[in-house]
Amino acid sequence: MTADKGELILKLRGVSKQFGAVTALKDIELDVHAGEVVALVGDNGAGKSTLIKVLAGVHQPTEGTIEWCGKPVSLDSPGTALELGIATVFQDLALCENLDVVSNLFLGHEINPWQLDEVQMEVRAWTLLRELAARIPSVREPIASLSGGQRQTVAIARSLLLDPKIIMLDEPTAALGVAQTAEVLNLIERVRDRGHGVILISHNMEDVRAVADRIVVLRLGQNNGVFTNETSHQELVAAITGASENSVSRRMARKQEEAV
Amino acid sequence: MTNISDQLDREDSRVRHDQGIGGAVRAFLDRVKSGDLGMLPVFIGLLLISVVFSSLNPVFLAPNNLVNLLFDAAAIGLISLGVVCVLLLGEIDLSIGSMSGLASALIGVLWVNAGLPWPFAVVLAVLAGAAVGLLYGFLRNKFEMPSFVATLAGLLALLGLQLYLLGSTGSINLPYTSTLVKFGQIMIMPAWLSYICALLPGAVIVYTGMNTNNRRRAANLSSPGMSVVFAKAIIITVALVFCVYYLELGRGVPWMFAVFTVFVIALEYALRRTKWGRSMFAVGGNAEAARRSGINVRGIRMSAFMICSAFASLGGVFAASRLASASQQAGTGDVNLNAIAAAVIGGTSLFGGRGSAWSALLGVIVIQAISNGLTLLNLSSSLRYMITGAVLAIAVIVDSLARRSRASHGRA
Repeated sequence: MTADKGELILKLRGVSKQFGAVTALKDIELDVHAGEVVALVGDNGAGKSTLIKVLAGVHQPTEGTIEWCGKPVSLDSPGTALELGIATVFQDLALCENLDVVSNLFLGHEINPWQLDEVQMEVRAWTLLRELAARIPSVREPIASLSGGQRQTVAIARSLLLDPKIIMLDEPTAALGVAQTAEVLNLIERVRDRGHGVILISHNMEDVRAVADRIVVLRLGQNNGVFTNETSHQELVAAITGASENSVSRRMARKQEEAV
Repeated sequence: MTNISDQLDREDSRVRHDQGIGGAVRAFLDRVKSGDLGMLPVFIGLLLISVVFSSLNPVFLAPNNLVNLLFDAAAIGLISLGVVCVLLLGEIDLSIGSMSGLASALIGVLWVNAGLPWPFAVVLAVLAGAAVGLLYGFLRNKFEMPSFVATLAGLLALLGLQLYLLGSTGSINLPYTSTLVKFGQIMIMPAWLSYICALLPGAVIVYTGMNTNNRRRAANLSSPGMSVVFAKAIIITVALVFCVYYLELGRGVPWMFAVFTVFVIALEYALRRTKWGRSMFAVGGNAEAARRSGINVRGIRMSAFMICSAFASLGGVFAASRLASASQQAGTGDVNLNAIAAAVIGGTSLFGGRGSAWSALLGVIVIQAISNGLTLLNLSSSLRYMITGAVLAIAVIVDSLARRSRASHGRA
């Protein structure tokens, strides 16, 4: 069941991860509450993906504590993370194109394994999609016939099926058009309003500022500040790149000079 | 009657919803146009074959010839049923012929030479098949060995074992008076039982159709309507009753073929209606997605290889009982190709993720009809091989073209 709104679900303190000589994450702090969208931003190599993988149970941290609803836990496998209630929507979605929407939603968690209950699965699929106000023409069409945005919707709906407390989205809008991006952002807000915590990874500052309640910046594997969506674009870029004088600001300045 | 737009799956006004028999026909035509051919090539193929061969030799369509055809089809059909399982995963087993030959040798050695009761020998042969499949699955999972290489090695190794078991004599005759040989040569279902079996599918279709309709209506989903269900049931029942009537003009329906059909139905149920079957399709469609959904991909692969080799063994047993001997020739020649061709002709894709158990049954009838017709024409085996090879090539081309068309029409 989803937690009460505002309750602290996930708390990371001093989490570090080393790959041999490389320190991918160092002393990371992260809080996720129920019903909030936390955006995780940072340049390439900042450690976003490593952090997501630690939370998904793919990598184990070298140091630090992870608390889940106040209790320390160890996420030693993807299965453990799923059982606790951390669902991940990967960038490549991982849907089976030859199966229909219902089959994909329930893949691995079919109702009634020895005599699949198609009717009940279809009802639950429609109910879930309706709650998300998702526009899927038919749940009996193979995934291959759906558009990119619709596939993203199916992937997000699938992660919600087991009613997780937190869902992590890795670049959900990277491959989408303008309208479809808006749809997915709406979807994220609806997921948040249902009381789930959302961790959103994105390179798109506009998207991030549109939906995030808090923006956590990572830089070179370390926390580099927590911002809100009122923070200016320049400040965010400065935090991400680590200096107010950076390639983005230099480019802006040059463009302005050219304009003058 | 609820208002149509109130139903859960009818809210989107952009989608055309086909209702009734006309709708079912229209949906079928749409599917065919987009490259989702299903069983269509089989029916066209059978029609062509019947016309061509019966005009060349009227004996082809004689009831008793068709009874013989069914006797011959059961063994290859069983092997083909296993092939469907590995093809669904996008894998292949090229050693099915050798496996069936080895199984028939095992029957000869264990039953005739060692004196074990025959049911026991059959069980041991099938277990040997499952063990070979286990080995293939292990090689695939542990060493990422492509299945066509592993099973190509198996083809030779199993053939060697078969020759070793049969020793210098080269063949072992099975006793004609035994049930096993009678089963393969003369045992025919009583007429009344055949007719009941012909009526059963229609009854099951109506029963499950009514059930599904009621449940869907209760759950506020659209229901396809009983008219389609009745139409389907009537067509199938009439077709089956006619087939049985025609076969009863000759000797009747072979038990061997009936047993094969029971296995087809069992596998079809497992593939369509169980979690295992859904996982098979998922692994065949996108193994990584299946893995992330928590499906035990290795286990599924293992199960497919085991089922394939076990069915190949059982097919070998059927072939031995049909020929009343276990010989060095068993399982060699065109057995491999025929079994794989049957599955592909029936509509199981070589690329994984698409297929059904029925494809083994329908495909093997096509293959057997060709082989039977060519035999009636007294063609030498050289010509028969060439023609069967060409048929397999055509089947694969149709599969590839249909796949491309499906991709361009947004279907998997």
